[in-house]
Amino acid sequence: MTLPAVLPVLAATEEHVTAQAADGVYSSAWLLVAIPLVSAAVLLLAGRRTDRWGHWLGVLASAASFVVGASILLTMLGQPDEERVRDLHLFSWIPAGEFTLDAGMRVDPLSMTFVLLVTFVGTLIHVYSVAYMEHDRDRRRFFAYLNLFVAAMLLLVLADSYLLLFVGWEGVGLASYLLIGFWNHEMPNSVAAKKAFVANRVGDVGMIIAIGLMFATFGATDFETVFAGSPAASEGLLTATGLMLLLAATGKSAQFPLQSWLGDAMAGPTPVSALIHAATMVTAGVYLVVRSGPVYAGAPTALLVVAIVGAFTLLFGAIIGTAKDDIKKALAASTMSQIGYMMLAAGLGPIGYAFAIFHLLTHGFFKAGMFLGAGSVMHGMDDDVNMRRYGALSGLMKVTWITFGLGWLAILGVPPFSGFWSKDKIIESAFATNDGHGWQPWVFGLVALVGAGITAFYMSRLFFMTFHGRRRWSDGHGRSDVDADAPVRHPHESPALMTWPMIVLAVGSVALGGLLTIGDAFAGWLEPVTGHVEHHEPVLPIWLIMALTLVLVAAGAFLAWRQYGAAPVAVVAPRGSVLTRAARRDLYQDDVNEALLMRPGQYLTRSLVFGDRQVVDGAATGLARTVAGSGELVRRLQNGFVRSYAATMVLGVVVLAAVVLAFQL
Amino acid sequence: MTLANYLVLASILFTIGATTVLVRRNAIIVFLGIELMLNSANLAFVTFARMHGDLTGQVVAFFVMVVAAAEVVVGLAIIVAIYRTRRSASVDDVNLLKS
Amino acid sequence: MSALLSLGGVAAGPVGTALADTGRTSSAEAVLFWVIGPVMVLAALGLLFARRTVYAAMSVVVVMICLAVLYVAQEAPFLGVVQVVVYTGAVMMLFLFVLMLVGVDPSDSLTETIKGQRWISALLGIGLGVVLVSVVLNAGDFASRGLEAANTETNPVGVAQVIFGDFVFDLQVVGILLVTAALGALVLTHRERITRRIGQRERSEARILAGETLTPLPAPGVYARSNAMDVPALGPDGRPLDASVSRVLRVRGQERAVEEVHLDATAAGAARHLRDADEGLGGPEGVGSTPPQRSITGEEQVR
Repeated sequence: MTLPAVLPVLAATEEHVTAQAADGVYSSAWLLVAIPLVSAAVLLLAGRRTDRWGHWLGVLASAASFVVGASILLTMLGQPDEERVRDLHLFSWIPAGEFTLDAGMRVDPLSMTFVLLVTFVGTLIHVYSVAYMEHDRDRRRFFAYLNLFVAAMLLLVLADSYLLLFVGWEGVGLASYLLIGFWNHEMPNSVAAKKAFVANRVGDVGMIIAIGLMFATFGATDFETVFAGSPAASEGLLTATGLMLLLAATGKSAQFPLQSWLGDAMAGPTPVSALIHAATMVTAGVYLVVRSGPVYAGAPTALLVVAIVGAFTLLFGAIIGTAKDDIKKALAASTMSQIGYMMLAAGLGPIGYAFAIFHLLTHGFFKAGMFLGAGSVMHGMDDDVNMRRYGALSGLMKVTWITFGLGWLAILGVPPFSGFWSKDKIIESAFATNDGHGWQPWVFGLVALVGAGITAFYMSRLFFMTFHGRRRWSDGHGRSDVDADAPVRHPHESPALMTWPMIVLAVGSVALGGLLTIGDAFAGWLEPVTGHVEHHEPVLPIWLIMALTLVLVAAGAFLAWRQYGAAPVAVVAPRGSVLTRAARRDLYQDDVNEALLMRPGQYLTRSLVFGDRQVVDGAATGLARTVAGSGELVRRLQNGFVRSYAATMVLGVVVLAAVVLAFQL
Repeated sequence: MTLANYLVLASILFTIGATTVLVRRNAIIVFLGIELMLNSANLAFVTFARMHGDLTGQVVAFFVMVVAAAEVVVGLAIIVAIYRTRRSASVDDVNLLKS
Repeated sequence: MSALLSLGGVAAGPVGTALADTGRTSSAEAVLFWVIGPVMVLAALGLLFARRTVYAAMSVVVVMICLAVLYVAQEAPFLGVVQVVVYTGAVMMLFLFVLMLVGVDPSDSLTETIKGQRWISALLGIGLGVVLVSVVLNAGDFASRGLEAANTETNPVGVAQVIFGDFVFDLQVVGILLVTAALGALVLTHRERITRRIGQRERSEARILAGETLTPLPAPGVYARSNAMDVPALGPDGRPLDASVSRVLRVRGQERAVEEVHLDATAAGAARHLRDADEGLGGPEGVGSTPPQRSITGEEQVR
């Protein structure tokens, strides 16, 4: 293994492993993308003919991808670190003279982590959807989109160049758009889809600029060249590239300031929310930052901005989550907040990369599980999403209650559940930012700590409002704990196809974190990508941080219990404090966007349209009118009388002769 | 008197012929105006021949006469044909040239 | 014509040298010009202002004859002759012929129908005249060599030499043009027959079918003291036959009654009537002319 000449500078802190050519089972990595893609194509092109078995084809495609991914993973586990990074050359993609870009795949621990997360959780959600979407006449189309999403997401994480990554990036955006607006016969759904699409486009501009900067600087967009060249590039350029990548990440991962679309994205079917808007796609931004580690290594300012954005969004999402009564929107706010944690971790530099991905992984499990639980609840409650009309469901939906409860404990960070292992590490790392110097460790550390407390509060609120407390619905026999005119519901446990995925995910929520933490297994696993970093000492002792976290979590959970578990929950949301009302309106993010971007944009377009009509079209129509008018005038000369024409001729003769005469004189 | 007198006379005749074409409506009179213009040109040609001492001018005038004869034949035939269909020899009635 | 030619000779002969030397014409030519010129201009104005087409055409004839005179005066006797023969003789007669064919037309009137055309025409005419005259007057240098040298072998010979020398090809082309024009005139005036031709047979058949009179109509009255177109003949029954008087006269009301020419017509008629009765002949309803009737009765008498 030989490092390029520029690398030794970096080698002191980070040990990147250069890629080897893919062989053996690695060379089948393209199947990961191809299988779901073909399945999506078949389902979309074959149309209604596949209605009867199409959903099972979708499940099969996703499962097949998982099998391929698992076999690659097993092979990789059996090899030493140096051989775990593989490049699979697929084909020459853009051969343009001197510039050639090959389409290839980067198979390494980071991408394999994502592959397994996406295919495993994806397969479970596929199975879940078979039952969830059973009564939807467009179930086949739904599975086609899901498969399309899986293919695009895998392409995103497996790409070996930013350009190919961008293809997957847009692919998941497209799938997200299609799935949010899946029930697009209702206006709010299509509006939400459009909003997500537009917000993502803003981020994509950042991505395109970043790719352009890389191409201008390094003459290539593949990871190998870019990472090898970045230590030698100027810091300003790297900072610009890093910030543009961050912009892309904020768009895709619903981070501040492009976060507003995620709440509306809950308009899509719940499995979509679970897979795309909780477990996988929204974490693509984190993947992008972590993958671009070498770029950020030369741009500490950009990295700091990443951390700030993450920290801000962490609190932002958490605050919104405390006020939402819509179960899916509360979960969406929670997702936003949790991804804030990951971004914060990623923004801490190499020290946090592994924890960011770790939390991403565990979060993917427990949040997907909770979303599926929410879907199960909605399934039993006639698609009602208002938690103020839930309550006391624990006895009626036992499996849902238990699996959701395990996820709840995981996200709270209660030991030994998964969330504890990942989130606690992030909080610790936040306290160790900047080698423990300056203001950063205190600010980021405290934000992460407080965020954990708020997370405990709103997740407990959600849990208690849904499964405990009084029954705020009617069973149709006039039995209700609140009022007589409560909506009639017949809550029941979901079919096995729905509960089993929830159970599997719940197992992951419980055990995954602990298993992967044993002997720093996961951090070591990612080392070929993130490099090995020695831990710095946090500004506070680790036991104190852990204790503080647990105390805050317990306090938040207790507060939620006292307010929503023990005390009766109002059926109609009380007016609440200023902060509550603000949180209900997503902290006025839509209003801000509207005032700052939409209105000026509309005025701009209106004035442009006005200018276009008056000036550009005016010139054109004016010209036409002039021509027509002069034609109208000249037409009078064209009266058909030969004598008039003769007069014109004579006039010409006179004028010509007069001119000749004038020059002669 | 110099030969310029002839040319001035030719100019005057030409002008009268042209004005006739513009003013009169009867196709035959218009045609006569054209003949007048041709003849005034002939007068000018003959005068030029005399000026230059070269008979070519007279030959050209001769050719003009021949061509004019041909033109008269065709032109009058056209007038007769038009008159047959329209019962009118007014040039203003033949105004299909307008769009 | 011979007078004209001699005039040309007079103009060209002794004056030619003078023209070449001085650049001025002889005074005889000047007199001729100043007599002929105004006549031409007046005649041309006649074309412009004449109310009747025939007058306009006749003015043009005058202009053309005057032109012929001027040609001869300008040492171009051949052209002068051609002018008279071709233009005045052929072309203008053609014009008059077509004029007669077309007849009187409302467009002969001088009232203007196109708005402003008259003013524009007047303006343009004046402008054109002014411009042309000033061009001529500003041309300055006039060579005035005269045609004495060129006309040494008489003018027609000189012209012929040029035509059949330098311009022989043009002559051929012009010949083709003339033939083409003649054909063109034929084509333009040709009328396609769109109904079946009606000949003598068809006419007579139609007449029989219509039940008209097959015999010739009776001739008008021929009497001892009066023999005129406007008096009807008398039928066998002594009554006047209307059909014997020309239809035109009847329509005009110019026919005369028998009584006007025969004061004793009644008596004569009555007498003839009585005589016929004596001979045992009834009063057959005769429609034919008198003489055949007579001849028939004569035959009967013979029998």
